[in-house]
Amino acid sequence: MNRIDARFAALRKEGQAAFIPYITAGDPTLDDTARYVLALERAGASVVELGVPFSDPLADGTVNQEAALRALKGHVSLRNILGMVKELRRDTEIPIVLFSYFNPVLAYGVEAFARDAAEAGVDGLLCVDLPLEETEAYGPILHSAGLATVFLIAPTSPDDRVKRIAEASSGFIYYVSRTGVTGAQESVETAVKGMVAAIRRHTDKPVAVGFGISTPEQAREVAAYADGVVVGSAIVRLIGELGGGAEAAEKVAAFAAELADGVRTSRRPMAT
Amino acid sequence: MTESALLSGTQKVYSYPDATGRYGRFGGKFVPETLMPALRELEEAFHAFQADAKFQERLTAYRRDYIGRPTPLFHAARFSEHLGGAKIYFKREDLAHTGAHKINNALGQTLLAKEMGKDRIIAETGAGQHGVATATAAALLGLHCEVYMGEEDMERQRLNVFRMELMGARVIPVKSGTKTLKDAINEAIRDWVTNVTTTHYVLGTVHGPHPYPLICREFQRIIGHEAREQILEKEGRLPHCLIACVGGGSNSIGLFFEFLQDEEVRMIGVEAGGHGPETGEHAARFAGGAEGTLHGAMSYVLQDPDGQILGTHSVSAGLDYPSVGPEHAHLMSSGRVEYVYANDSEALEAFQLVSRMEGIIPALESAHALAHAAKAAPAMSPEDIVIVNMSGRGDKDVQQAIRLLDPEKSGPEAG
Repeated sequence: MNRIDARFAALRKEGQAAFIPYITAGDPTLDDTARYVLALERAGASVVELGVPFSDPLADGTVNQEAALRALKGHVSLRNILGMVKELRRDTEIPIVLFSYFNPVLAYGVEAFARDAAEAGVDGLLCVDLPLEETEAYGPILHSAGLATVFLIAPTSPDDRVKRIAEASSGFIYYVSRTGVTGAQESVETAVKGMVAAIRRHTDKPVAVGFGISTPEQAREVAAYADGVVVGSAIVRLIGELGGGAEAAEKVAAFAAELADGVRTSRRPMAT
Repeated sequence: MTESALLSGTQKVYSYPDATGRYGRFGGKFVPETLMPALRELEEAFHAFQADAKFQERLTAYRRDYIGRPTPLFHAARFSEHLGGAKIYFKREDLAHTGAHKINNALGQTLLAKEMGKDRIIAETGAGQHGVATATAAALLGLHCEVYMGEEDMERQRLNVFRMELMGARVIPVKSGTKTLKDAINEAIRDWVTNVTTTHYVLGTVHGPHPYPLICREFQRIIGHEAREQILEKEGRLPHCLIACVGGGSNSIGLFFEFLQDEEVRMIGVEAGGHGPETGEHAARFAGGAEGTLHGAMSYVLQDPDGQILGTHSVSAGLDYPSVGPEHAHLMSSGRVEYVYANDSEALEAFQLVSRMEGIIPALESAHALAHAAKAAPAMSPEDIVIVNMSGRGDKDVQQAIRLLDPEKSGPEAG
């Protein structure tokens, strides 16, 4: 069983939602990323999303753009990210999903990527600019290597698309909680709850919600109805301020622990 | 084979894009999920208005009375004689309103946006030509217009910034990435993702996710449609060869498309060689790039081995872009169109030569096509007819040319 599926199954049994932090791989260095992943796990993360830096991140807000630029300045590539994950697997079994734009994967070669990523211990791939229609040729390659393909559903996705995306998604389904790019915001749109319910009408796969969740209160609120809560920019911003090193990792872990606590203490209906 | 038989025969062969927006293995829709429904909506609206006689009538009237179409096909007699080979014609898109072919697409898309009930349009611009064209169309049709432009480009093209603002558009400086055209496109897409329900994104070239390459081509193919009629009227036969510069590729697709079924017509697209592809400072995607995805399309892209997009260089801002329209990638791989490049220095030379020979100052973009014509024409016979797309006028480039050609007049930083 894929680590992602196992983790969501275990959480479901406990009546808990997953806390899914996102960080940019290689920001500021890959050694720091490895340290951050372990710190996030200690803080209560259930799954970690690792952003693959890209020169033209058109779905990302300023915070993640700058993180990608910092990482690229250190010449981080998909290849050495996989190397870092492989080493990390000696210390942790936390499910790892790569969050990437398609071009770095294409340049690597989709088959070679699928093989090397699975071998390194990556559990899934989310390509933000690879919608359902463009996945036909690549999905089977990723699946046969054992990688989950996580798809995005957006507030603008009509119901028939929601159904098809839910069918094609594996690991979990990522609901983008608003129209717009990644980044922190004041309040999570109230329509999110309704949309999550609409997705559930088509599937019993886990539904995670992300884009714009930045505080423990928001995390608690979303965890009441979603199976996972993704927090990205708020953590990435903190990393941007702190840089690298063991002390920074402890501070990020402290913030992540608050978010994880928000998720854990959420009032969830008993049966989900 | 009769002309109609040839035409119907080829139409069966050339039916791109397919239903998924593909030109062979190129094109498609590589965008975030949020935009997928909007692309669908745009595609449906576009097809509806293509079939709508009233819409087409309005478009035709604006083309005639506002843009000034048809643009002339001009026999460049002195330029031809000087080169001593082919008989060269210029398709005078430089005489279209706002001074370049960009208005054909900007006006068409703005009209489409208005019909779709969107009250706000956004655009990206590099040198400012597409931004000016979109601001122009927005003023004409009374829509709110915002243009994303790299901070560095704004500095280099202050005149165009002022022109846009004069016509009521707001120019938004882009400070991310390399602060140039590709980053302006990133920002425009980010805006569109956020405001997709109220806003239409007027993409300026035959790039981007489907249906943009199709829409832009359909609004630009008027160039070749006119040129084909005009050359048949003047010469009674088809040209031997078409030459156009290729940045994103809209003026070249515009000229080429109506001739694609004419197998005897050679077509040459000219990319920006910058300081030469071997130096790494260029925008010759076919000479120096690889297949990849950028800005929503699978095409040829200048990138490093890790798939990161590379910076580009060209003396001409309009050709200074790391990818190329997917239909060009298809026409290259099928062999229907040949792609070559002209370097900065060759373009500058053609810029001066055509100014002197014909009293026409070409845009530096168009000067790349002229530079290749100057290379190719001497080997041809006077029986061979060549049409070069004079895609824009060069007034916007005069300062840049002074800086490059006469450094002493423009201070120490030039050259």
